[in-house]
Amino acid sequence: MTKLILIFIAASIVNNVVLSQFLGLCSFLGVSKRIKTAVGMGGAVIFVITISSLVAGLLYKFILVPTGFEYLQTIVFILVIAALVQMVEMFLKKYVPSLYKALGVFLPLITTNCAVLGVALKNVANDYSILTGVIYGLGTGVGFMVAIVILAGIREKCEYNDYPKYFKGSAMTLITSALMSIAFFGFAGVI
Amino acid sequence: MSKIAERLYNGIVKENPIFVLLLGICPTLAVTTSATNGLGMGLSSMVVLALSNALVSALRHLIPSRVRMPAFIVIVASFVTIVQFLIQGYLPGLYDQLGIYIPLIVVNCIILGRAESYASKNPIILSFFDGIGMGLGFTLSLVFIGAVREILGSGAVFGVQILPLADAASGKAGYTPISIFVLAPGAFLILALLVVIMNVVREKQAAKGKPLASGNGCLTGECSSCSLSSTCKGKSEVSEEDDPLVKKAVENLKAKQTVNEEVKA
Repeated sequence: MTKLILIFIAASIVNNVVLSQFLGLCSFLGVSKRIKTAVGMGGAVIFVITISSLVAGLLYKFILVPTGFEYLQTIVFILVIAALVQMVEMFLKKYVPSLYKALGVFLPLITTNCAVLGVALKNVANDYSILTGVIYGLGTGVGFMVAIVILAGIREKCEYNDYPKYFKGSAMTLITSALMSIAFFGFAGVI
Repeated sequence: MSKIAERLYNGIVKENPIFVLLLGICPTLAVTTSATNGLGMGLSSMVVLALSNALVSALRHLIPSRVRMPAFIVIVASFVTIVQFLIQGYLPGLYDQLGIYIPLIVVNCIILGRAESYASKNPIILSFFDGIGMGLGFTLSLVFIGAVREILGSGAVFGVQILPLADAASGKAGYTPISIFVLAPGAFLILALLVVIMNVVREKQAAKGKPLASGNGCLTGECSSCSLSSTCKGKSEVSEEDDPLVKKAVENLKAKQTVNEEVKA
């Protein structure tokens, strides 16, 4: 149990998925203009990563390993994730409309989010069991949510600040992320 | 021949994927801790890019357009798997360094972007050289960024010590490495500076009447270039113009301007 909690904290804060592993940067930089959209995106990422690490783990353990096709993992995982996102979207639309309203628009954006594929591949590379893999996925998703919401908050505050014109837009966002990354470095060595 | 040279020039200079188009940011930040890593990542992406471009182009009349995205992904993922095995077999040191970022070449937006925007519409040879050109542009930029980070962070390039290091114990004067540049925050800082420099260059070129191709990666928050653009429903939520308050303010401003102009006239 302690091990699982440690993995969760390590994945969400100490080795933050965006700020120290650079996965999922596209949506991190692109969808962080408003806190509201950032929360929606973060929620969708938590949802999809957790489900996809479960499905990818099951597929790897019960289909790829027994048949000896482990080397097809990259192809299988990316297709399964793409299909899974579509199915989750349809399921939510039909049965949980309130959740669909909050997360639905962000789901297609996540298909090519490298954090999702990254977690599935890491679970295999680290030899995690299925439960550990799901916890690792959940932690990664929470880490993404924490990072993107903080970034969106800072960006909303600096929107009307007066900084040199060449720094406007993405350059300022990147410098903000650099400072956040330094701050998260403080957690290194906690575990 | 001239067309092939034009594709190479286009990929390396005119539409350089990192410096001009701002594409493929994830691998750029993650693997440029040293020039050697940048070179390895760049060359592996180039091989995948050239081969997948050629195959997509060869199959362009056979793939129905409705299922083209999954088909492209399968093609790219197969080549990535092959390249991964080659690196694992022949360059185990590099394999350990790049780790998970090799299979993640699959989701590199440069590769799917070129398959969608160039290879699916052009003949095989040209698509192949388009991949080579784009891949070379990507490699050169990665090596350049990697070299800058390596020299600032450890005083070396390609692992060769260029700046003699200071030694406090013996009192020897020399370079004190700024190790943050080889760590995660340094990657963001270097990329931020790069974007600023490119903004200056962009403005100068535009003033000369020779504007650069506009950046269209995820970094700019611009969705139109994304290969999933046609199926994505998240765009409206993401773009700022959709915010009703902003929309209203912009409309008010425009109305005022037209009124002013009419008064002047």
